[in-house]
Amino acid sequence: MADEHGRKWDRCLADTAVKTVTGISVGIVLSVLFFKRRTWPVSLGSGMGLGMGYSNCQHDFRSPYLLHGNMVKDQ
Amino acid sequence: MLRVFLRGANTKAQKCLYGRAHPTNLQHHRHYTSGESSGAAKVVAVGLVTLGSSIGGTVLYAKWDPKFRTAVEKNIPYSDWLLGMALGPNPYSPVTAHKKQVELSQPPSMMTEESRSSKIKKEKNIKEEPSVSTASETTSAPVYSAQSIEESSAEASHIISAISEVPSVPAPHDTEAAVLTEECKECHHHGDTPVPAMVEAVDSMTEGPLKERPAEEVTARLAQQEQEDQDILASVSASLEESLASSAKTTLQAIGAQEAALQAIGSHTHKLKEAMEAEVPPDQKSAQWRDLETALAERRSTVNDAGAALLKARDALDSLRSVIDKAKESKVAAVQPLVLAAEENLHSMVVDLDQAVTKVQSAESEAKIVSQYTELVNEAKRQFQKELSSLTPEIQANWKGLTGKLSADDLNALIAHAHRRIDQLNRELAEQRVREQVHIEAALEQQKLEDQKALDKAVHTATQHSKEEARLEQERKLSELREVMEAEMRTQLRRQAAAHTDHLRDILKVQEQELRSEAEQVLNSKMLEQETHYRQLTQEQLDNFTLDMNAAYARLKGMEEAIDSHVIAEEEARKAHQLWLSVEALSYTLKTAGSDLPTKPLESAVQAIQDSCCNNEFALALASALPEESLRRGVYSEASLRSRFNSLRSMVRRVALIDESHNSLYQYFLSYLQAALLFEEKQAMPPTQLTNEDLDPFKLLSYASYCLEHEDLELAAKFVNQLRGEARRVVQDWLTEARLTLETRQVVTLLSAYANAVGLGTTQAP
Repeated sequence: MADEHGRKWDRCLADTAVKTVTGISVGIVLSVLFFKRRTWPVSLGSGMGLGMGYSNCQHDFRSPYLLHGNMVKDQ
Repeated sequence: MLRVFLRGANTKAQKCLYGRAHPTNLQHHRHYTSGESSGAAKVVAVGLVTLGSSIGGTVLYAKWDPKFRTAVEKNIPYSDWLLGMALGPNPYSPVTAHKKQVELSQPPSMMTEESRSSKIKKEKNIKEEPSVSTASETTSAPVYSAQSIEESSAEASHIISAISEVPSVPAPHDTEAAVLTEECKECHHHGDTPVPAMVEAVDSMTEGPLKERPAEEVTARLAQQEQEDQDILASVSASLEESLASSAKTTLQAIGAQEAALQAIGSHTHKLKEAMEAEVPPDQKSAQWRDLETALAERRSTVNDAGAALLKARDALDSLRSVIDKAKESKVAAVQPLVLAAEENLHSMVVDLDQAVTKVQSAESEAKIVSQYTELVNEAKRQFQKELSSLTPEIQANWKGLTGKLSADDLNALIAHAHRRIDQLNRELAEQRVREQVHIEAALEQQKLEDQKALDKAVHTATQHSKEEARLEQERKLSELREVMEAEMRTQLRRQAAAHTDHLRDILKVQEQELRSEAEQVLNSKMLEQETHYRQLTQEQLDNFTLDMNAAYARLKGMEEAIDSHVIAEEEARKAHQLWLSVEALSYTLKTAGSDLPTKPLESAVQAIQDSCCNNEFALALASALPEESLRRGVYSEASLRSRFNSLRSMVRRVALIDESHNSLYQYFLSYLQAALLFEEKQAMPPTQLTNEDLDPFKLLSYASYCLEHEDLELAAKFVNQLRGEARRVVQDWLTEARLTLETRQVVTLLSAYANAVGLGTTQAP
């Protein structure tokens, strides 16, 4: 169980890194292609990537505490 | 008010704080505070006044309206005390209301009761005075008892009437007592006349209170009385008999004498008649005359005798009568018939005597006639004789023998005399015929007188006789009646006696039955006792015998059992050894845990245990209580757990802040920061009682670490169990492992303890 924490962290960091890099790259591509080499798409992309990674990480860490409910329809 | 006070306090404080630096403020404040203080005092005063007035108003209204008072007392505690102090006790409490009603309804009944009792008392007093004066001691007892009843009832009614609370029911006792007194008066009036006699009799017989004489005295008295009666009777009867006998004798004698006289008179008369009328030769005539004279003499003597006898008889009868009268006076009842008989005898004797006397008298009268006739005839004869003698002086002898001796002259003279005499006689006859009627009348008169006299006498005697007879008849009837009555009484008494005997017989029968049943009961109980005793003895004997037998049998059994149990014990010992060995094997397997490696699976050892203790439920249960994991996979040793814990510790520290609600990455960051900055003891001794502060994860970790260092896995697990949130999730695995280990160890220790115990139990000391 303790390992899981470490594993989570690994996943999380990896995931965040991947997303950030992806975001940066998408930003670079976009900025190169459409936004005349401005920096804002890069930061946007990185921010988005970070944010997504953060969110995923948080969700991953939260997942044990999330409750899933089922709606029961009256028949 | 509180606010006012506070404000006041505040302002005072402000005043203190500000000082006199701000005069306006202060003035304002002072005015405000003084106003406030005077206002406060005013308010206090006003409050007090209102309170007092409200209390006084409630008291006054309670005094006027009792219902309000009760309401107040009910609702407000201690108000009843206050109101009681102020006004006095509550006269209109709900309890006393009923009493008042009762009181109101009571007076009419009470008055009648009192009037009646007073009337009865007056009546009683009026009536009692004359009755008490006349009553004697004995008869006033019932009156006194009635009086006492009356008095007591009157007193009771008075007492009851005095207690005005309770309604007194008009006692039926009073009326009863009144009736009783009335009745008593009536019976008292009736009882007045027999009372004196009774009293006299009472006084004469006994002194002081009347009491029944004892039976012996009564019988003695009765016997004495009877004796007396008998004596009197005997004496009376003796005297009566004597006198009766004597009088009878004399009467008979008299009657005999009378009869004899009668006979004599009759014979004399007859002889006289014969002598007068019969024509017999002269020698027989002289014989006749001699017979006549003897008869006359006899008659005289017999008449005298008869007279004397009559006198004697009369005397005897008189004496008898006197005796009878004396006997009549005696009170003895048995004398009466004797008296009656004697009287009858007397009467009959008197009657006979009188009859005889009358017969004699009639005979005498007849004889007188005949004698008169004879005298006349004799006179005539004498006359004739005289004349004849005067005419013929020489012829003196009997003229019948003279016929041959007489001469013609004499005969002629005689015939002439005879003729003359015949003429004279004819003349006398004619004269006599003329005077016949007068003579007859005179004679008739005389006869009538004599007849009357005789009749009177006869009537007198007859009436006397009839009276006597009637009296005797009456007495006879009386005696008969008395006899009948006595017979009837005797029959009644006999009947009563018979009834009494029947009753006695019944009672005796009943008593006999009762006694018999009692005796039977006693007998039965005694028999039962004896039987039970006997049974007890036999039972005891039997019990003793059975006891001995049982003891011997038990000993035999015991010996057999001992031998068997030895065998069993040996078996048990073997089994216990086996068990112990298997348990030892199991505990050994526990030791085979390497570091970070679990032990061998315990399955085989457990199987061995199960085989060795196939019939031991406890061991089986324990063996089956081992958790599955330990069987399949084995358990971790404590050392490995310890090492794991140490690695876990850092992790737990890092996620100490994370739980269900705090689990964002920011929290994670904070938690990491805390773990980096917070230092706790590596090992802290856990307190005996945990407080809320001790539930901090860091503290718990230090406690657990301490416990682990001191080989107390259980306590460490307990502390670790207190972790919450993410920390708990992190240590979950470790916790389960620790639990497993603990469980297994517990079971194994139990088993080994059990095996040791069994082994100890079965091991035989040499």
